[in-house]
Amino acid sequence: MAKTKELLFDPVVNNNPIALQVLGICSALAVTSSMAVALVMSLAVIVVTAFSSMFVAMIRSQIPSSIRIIVQMTIIASLVIVVDQILKAYAYEISKQLSVFVGLIITNCIVMGRAEAFAMKNGAVDSFIDGIGNGLGYGAILMIVGFIRELFGSGSVFGIEILSKVTEGGWYYTNGLMLLPPSAFFIIGFLIWGVRAWKTAQVEKDEFKIAPNTKLKEA
Amino acid sequence: MSSNNESVKKTVTVALVLCLVCSVVVSAAAVVLRPVQAVNEKANMQMNILAAAGMYDPTQSIQSQFQQVTSRLVDLETGAFIADLDAEAFDQRRAAKDPEFARVLSSAEDIASIKRQSRIAKVYLVETEGQIDKIILPIHGYGLWSTLYGFMALEGDGNTVAGLGFYEHAETPGLGGEVDNPNWKSQWPGKQVYDADGVAIRLVKGGADRSDAYGVDALSGATLTSRGVDNLLKFWLSDSGFKPFLDNVKQGRI
Repeated sequence: MAKTKELLFDPVVNNNPIALQVLGICSALAVTSSMAVALVMSLAVIVVTAFSSMFVAMIRSQIPSSIRIIVQMTIIASLVIVVDQILKAYAYEISKQLSVFVGLIITNCIVMGRAEAFAMKNGAVDSFIDGIGNGLGYGAILMIVGFIRELFGSGSVFGIEILSKVTEGGWYYTNGLMLLPPSAFFIIGFLIWGVRAWKTAQVEKDEFKIAPNTKLKEA
Repeated sequence: MSSNNESVKKTVTVALVLCLVCSVVVSAAAVVLRPVQAVNEKANMQMNILAAAGMYDPTQSIQSQFQQVTSRLVDLETGAFIADLDAEAFDQRRAAKDPEFARVLSSAEDIASIKRQSRIAKVYLVETEGQIDKIILPIHGYGLWSTLYGFMALEGDGNTVAGLGFYEHAETPGLGGEVDNPNWKSQWPGKQVYDADGVAIRLVKGGADRSDAYGVDALSGATLTSRGVDNLLKFWLSDSGFKPFLDNVKQGRI
């Protein structure tokens, strides 16, 4: 049980795919302008990561190493297409807002990273849980960024108005930058700073040391 | 993890089996879910049409609300209805790409930057007791980043605006994207389209005078999107667009 818990919750804080591994940034910028969209995107990534890791783990002993990346990609791509089709059928409004980004889960490094780094070496159940855990880690960051962007960009949370906007007779001037993708860069940057200030073990070592200043001797 | 995994035979077999399984899963999902998706797409379009006419009520089902709307095909040149084509099945966006139905616009005429225009347009009518109550016209044109697709609804007199809405565009959120802002859209109902000299409705930079029957506020911070909306309205309400049809409506020939 302890191992399950570790697999599930370690990626949320200690080994977060966005904050520590800095993977999956592209979609984190694109789908976080509102929380509802970010939530659906997180669920989609959790499902895809969990099942792709599980299927890869199930057939891992049969996969020839020369084509293993292609095999993983094929499994991931098939799952993403299925998820996309289901969203189009049962969550049409949200799938319109997500547009191409559901399809781009295929290229999300987190999914591929877990398949290659974990599922190829572990059993199906562990890989499934690991996939959920990493999806949760991704989702947690998405929800935090989505909360900040939607609150300050549109004055609402999950579409429910919190700060009444000037354009609708209130007092809050919406921050247009928050609605544009670059704002997510700043927010994720601050988040990474915050997490590393809290968990100092995550701070990376300097790649090189700066040599001390040498004094010029008089000629 | 045996070494014979690496043989050519094994590699080809694994690749083939995997591709087969995956393609079956993907095609099954696409085929099974297709009918549900088609219903969604249709309902979405119907909702946009109702919303543009200011008739959409989220508490009721879209299908029952849409029953009062009939779709008709209009020959844009003569402004007359076309009876011998199925209006339900006609797709105006596809027709604009089909040489049989489309015409290429000259650059002088093409103020909405759409390049090709279908000769036949699909309009939606709301009729009460044989009288046209609302006319809903499909419009599109280029804004800043994207082509804006939408509907303009007119009252039965063919001159008073009942509403305007865009259902597809990729303008900057918060700037040009404000074409979706309900407050901005609420300015449209009641405005007049034509004055004695032709199309008079327009977007006014810096804000339109409240008493101006032809002016609507331009979007702040979105000059090019506003210009695009202005141009596409001028185009679709001109002789190249729906003017012959609207003239027919006004003179009671339809």
